[in-house]
Amino acid sequence: MNDSVALLQLRGLEKSYAGHSILSGFDLTIFDGEFFTLLGPSGCGKTTILNMIAGMEMPDAGSIVLLGNDISQVPAEKRPINTVFQSYALFPHMTVFDNVAFGLRMQGVEKKQIKPRVLEALEMVQLAHLADRKPAQLSGGQQQRVAIARAVVNQPKVLLLDESLSALDYKLRQQMQLELKRLQRKLGITFIYVTHDQEEALSMSDRILVMHQGKVQQLGTPRQIYENPANLFVARFIGEINQLDGEIVSVDGDHTYDVKVEGLQWTLKAQHNFTAGDKVHVLLRPEDLRVEYIDDFHASQYLVGTVVERNYKGKTLDSLIRLGSGIEVLASEFFNEDDPSFDYRPNQKVALKWVPGWEVVMPAEKSEAAA
Amino acid sequence: MKLNNFTFNCGIFKCLAIGLASLWLTLFVFFPSVLVMITSFLTRDPQNTVALPVNIANYQKAFDPLYLQVFLDSLTMSILATICCLLIAYPFALAISKLDKRWQAIALFLMIVPFWTNSLVRTYAIQFILGKQGLINKALLALDVIDKPLQLMYTQGAVIIGLCYILLPFMVLPLFSSLEKLDSKLELAAQDLGANAWQRFWHITIPLTMPGIVAGCLMVLLPSMGMYYIADLLGGAKNLLLGNVIKTQFLNTRDWPFGSAFSVLLMLLLAFMLWLYFRAAKFANKQGGLGDANF
Repeated sequence: MNDSVALLQLRGLEKSYAGHSILSGFDLTIFDGEFFTLLGPSGCGKTTILNMIAGMEMPDAGSIVLLGNDISQVPAEKRPINTVFQSYALFPHMTVFDNVAFGLRMQGVEKKQIKPRVLEALEMVQLAHLADRKPAQLSGGQQQRVAIARAVVNQPKVLLLDESLSALDYKLRQQMQLELKRLQRKLGITFIYVTHDQEEALSMSDRILVMHQGKVQQLGTPRQIYENPANLFVARFIGEINQLDGEIVSVDGDHTYDVKVEGLQWTLKAQHNFTAGDKVHVLLRPEDLRVEYIDDFHASQYLVGTVVERNYKGKTLDSLIRLGSGIEVLASEFFNEDDPSFDYRPNQKVALKWVPGWEVVMPAEKSEAAA
Repeated sequence: MKLNNFTFNCGIFKCLAIGLASLWLTLFVFFPSVLVMITSFLTRDPQNTVALPVNIANYQKAFDPLYLQVFLDSLTMSILATICCLLIAYPFALAISKLDKRWQAIALFLMIVPFWTNSLVRTYAIQFILGKQGLINKALLALDVIDKPLQLMYTQGAVIIGLCYILLPFMVLPLFSSLEKLDSKLELAAQDLGANAWQRFWHITIPLTMPGIVAGCLMVLLPSMGMYYIADLLGGAKNLLLGNVIKTQFLNTRDWPFGSAFSVLLMLLLAFMLWLYFRAAKFANKQGGLGDANF
C-alpha cells in the first residue's frame, strides 16, 4: 500500500433525489492500493457514493478525479472501475467462462489473450474447473467468486464491492472476508467496500468511513474507530457499547478531569475540552468492564449493581448488570481457566470496574434521536 | 403436487372450475376436432354433404402443386407479417417496460382498447387507408409526391399490413412480459464491464428475452395463416392464406371432406411448431437462457 498516492478524489459531491438531498459537499480521498470501507446504516448515502464512482449515477455537482483526470461525466462503460454487485448480477445465459470473458470482449481485447486471462482469474478464485457451468448451477459462494473474477479480470484501477457478502451465510461470509483481504493484497487493486456490517468493516479495512444521513461521522483506521469513536453515533454503531452519564466536577490538568459518575468520583482522561459542570457521557465497551464478587472489595470504590441476566456465549460470559441509577450495562468476560466455576446468579450483587484509560468521555448530546 | 394428492385437495370451487373448463373443452374443442378428423377421411356427397367410403384421396389432393403454391404464399405472407410485427413490437415493448408502473398500465390499456372493436370492422377501416381514394394516396397526391394513385389494396403488402395490425398485441404482450422480468442489474453489470448501449442490447437484452421473442412470433405466425377475412378484404382473389382455402371448401365448393383434410394438415403444422417451441423453452430453462449470448 502506497499511502502517499491519492488515487481517487471526490470533491464537493452533491446529489439529491426529488428535492431530497442525499449528499452535499462530500469530500473524500482514497489512496492507491488501500482497502477502504464505506460503513453506515441503510439510507446513509454510501451506495449513492459507490454508484457515482462507478458512473451509474451522475453527481448533481462536484468532481470525481481518478489519477488526475476528472471522470465525473465519463459514462460507466468507459471508466477503469469495476463493480461486484450485491446480487452478483451474473449473466444467466452465459457460462462462467463467458461471464468472466465479457469485460475483455467488450473492450476488444485480442482473442488469444482472452482465454489465458479468464482462466487465470478463475484460477485465482479456485473455480477454473467450473468454467463451463451456468451461474444457476453454482452455489452462492461460488457465484460470489465468479462475480469477483469477472470484475478483477479487467485489471480495474478501483474495484467497488456493494454489500457483496451480505447474501452469504455467516460461516461463508467470514471465509470470504479473509479471501477478499488476501486477494486485495495480492492484486494490489484499490478496493472500495460498502457495507452496513461493522464486523466486516473492522476485519477487512485499512480505513473506514462511517456515515450517517449523508454526513461523514468519522474517518479512520478500524482501531481508531473502535477505540476512539468521534461521537455517540459511531460509538453505538460500531459494536456494543455501554453509556454512563456523568458530570465534570473539576479540571485536573491537561485533558484530565474529575468526573462524577453513578455517585462516585473518578479521574478520567478525555480528548475534548470541558469545564466544571459540563454533562458528559462515559462510554465503555462490554469487554472493558470487569465484574467482581462484591464481598471481596470495598464497595465504595466500585460501581455496584445487581445481575439481571447472564448469557453463556461459549467464548465469553455476558452479564447484564443494573446499576444503582437504574441504567443497565453489559459486561463481557472471557472464561478464566483457573476458575471453571466462574459464574453469577441472577440478583447477585456485584462490583464493577474498568481498566483506567479505556473509557471514552464525550460531551452529552441533547438530541438522543440522532442515534 | 402429486396427482393422488391433487384429487383429495380439490375444493368445491376448484372442482367446479376445472370441471366446467374440461366440459367446455370437450364439447367445443375436442369433439369438433374429432369430427373434422373423421370427415377428412370421408367422401363428398351432394345430398348429405359427406358420405362413405373412407379414403385418403383428400390428403393426396392437398399435396397437389396448386395447393402447395398457396401454402408457400400463405407461409411467406405470415412470416413477413411476423417479422414486421416483431420489428414494430420490440421497441414498443422495450419503451413500455422502461415506463414506471402506472404509465405501463395506461400504455398497455391504450394498446388493448382498439381490440374491443370487431377485427372485421377494423380490417374494413384499413381499406379506407390503403384504397385508391384512401388516406395515404390522398396525402401523397396532395403533396405532389405521386401523380396517380398507388395500387396499395389487393396486394401481398396489404395483407401483411392487415395481419400486422390485427396481431400486434399478441407480439407486444409476451415481449413485454419477458422484458419486464429482465433484471435491470444485468444491464448495469454489462455497462460496468464496458459494454455500450448497442452491445448491452445485443448481448444481454436480446438473448435474455428470447423466450418472449419466440412466444410472440408463434402467437402471430400460427393464427395469421388462418385469418382468411383479412386476405379476402385486403388481398383480393390472388393473395390467399391457408384459411381461405379451407373457407372456400366449406362455404363455396361444399367439399367438406377436402376442407377437413386441409384443416387437419394445418393443425398438424401448428402442433409441430408448438412442439418445437416447447422443446426450445425446455432447453432454455435447463440452460438458463436461450442462445449463446450472441458471441
